[in-house]
Amino acid sequence: MKYIDEFQDPELARRLLDDIHSTVTRPWALMEVCGGQTHTIIRHGIDQLLPEQVELIHGPGCPVCVTPLEVIDKALEIASRPEVIFCSFGDMLRVPGTGRDLFQVRSEGGDVRVVYSPLDALRIARQNPDREVVFFGIGFETTAPPNAMTVHQARRLGIPNFSLLVSHVRVPPAIEAIMSAPNCRVQAFLAAGHVCSVMGVGEYPELAERFRVPIVVTGFEPLDILEGVRRTVLQLERGEHTVDNAYARAVRPEGNPAAQAMLEDVFEVTDRAWRGIGVIPDSGWRLSPKYRDHDAEYRFSVDGIQTREPAECRSGEVLQGMLKPHECEAFGTVCTPRTPLGATMVSSEGACAAYYLYRRLDITTAAREASPVV
Amino acid sequence: MCLAVPGRVLDIEERDGTRMATVDFGGVVKEVCLEYLPDLQVGEYAIVHVGFALQRLDEESAKQTLELFAQLGMLQEEFGDPWEQAAEAGGATPPVGDAVIEEVRK
Ligand code: SF4
Repeated sequence: MKYIDEFQDPELARRLLDDIHSTVTRPWALMEVCGGQTHTIIRHGIDQLLPEQVELIHGPGCPVCVTPLEVIDKALEIASRPEVIFCSFGDMLRVPGTGRDLFQVRSEGGDVRVVYSPLDALRIARQNPDREVVFFGIGFETTAPPNAMTVHQARRLGIPNFSLLVSHVRVPPAIEAIMSAPNCRVQAFLAAGHVCSVMGVGEYPELAERFRVPIVVTGFEPLDILEGVRRTVLQLERGEHTVDNAYARAVRPEGNPAAQAMLEDVFEVTDRAWRGIGVIPDSGWRLSPKYRDHDAEYRFSVDGIQTREPAECRSGEVLQGMLKPHECEAFGTVCTPRTPLGATMVSSEGACAAYYLYRRLDITTAAREASPVV
Repeated sequence: MCLAVPGRVLDIEERDGTRMATVDFGGVVKEVCLEYLPDLQVGEYAIVHVGFALQRLDEESAKQTLELFAQLGMLQEEFGDPWEQAAEAGGATPPVGDAVIEEVRK
């Protein structure tokens, strides 16, 4: 157990691990939904510390990874226009569209700017009334409320040159889609803690009941993950399937009602395509008709875009937990963080990047040896 | 981007009809919108995501998380220069003269 000394509280980590080891009697497959959790797991080698019977399957919870190629291409096209200042979070700069990324658009002369908060983009719009300022609104239930508030403020303060290119996604329909897939192996979920800080846990009991899966709300620090796994395994061994909150210090059952109310006002639920996975019904948000003035898709006509995914990228299977990153032929050979084929290798929360970063040596070597081309 | 970071409220003021705070994230200071946690007070801790306070956090957990993030270099990832990070990952030179982050910080 060479990793355990790196835990914040190694003693507690050892106790949790002992508890998990003595509870498990059979194989179980748990999915961690959030990409931040995937990174913690790989970074700290948590998967290697757990009993062999406990398998952690990485879920689709990386907003950068699941943003559909078509939306990235729309962003690239809008960002290339001379009248536009295109604002984005830094994570999106190197996500490949068809043929290029935002980083390249900027080097070709596009006015692409990185902001920390959507409110920064609104401020830029205010300072540049003669330009069109577009903010790239991606992300799960944690990022959607800030973006909703920003559109609301643009309306309230009368800032007409601000618009949002929206591609928000929701976790519960993704869980439903994963559980409904015919080859699904997932038996329990570690739900994403910060999503629940906003949305509460109200959407989960129905899913837990319908699919008979334990859902344990889990944080993303190493000890949080161990505690989430411990509680999940306990339920599985007992044949229970309830919703449990292992991240109570940051998640109230009701979530953040003010944020939920704003989401309901500014957005409406829509079907959304997930990159590599396809359309999941009701799994996204778009701006509701009353905010159409601030919808970049209406303001700039960017329809009819032809997208092209690299054929060898298997990120869709990675995102659904059907394939581990290093099982992809391109992993570590043609696909690396410097030359990413898929968004899961670009994003700091992507599963492929996590494997590459923290197990660079053993896995890339293994991948090279296994690969006939090298 | 999806990660939320705990921070401590240094001061609060009303700006353009919006409740805003200055928040300290282990040494990095940022503007944060309090509209979703309107009763947060100076000295309290909250989980902040892309410039919005989303949920209160007790002081001890907040400090532990911040310490862990600092150790793991995650504060740098969250608040460092994104152009440099993207360029480094891609093996390219970052575009020069990106004053935007500075501009909006003011
Ligand atoms: S390793 Fe690269 S090519 Fe393979 S699934 Fe991951 S991102 Fe796609």
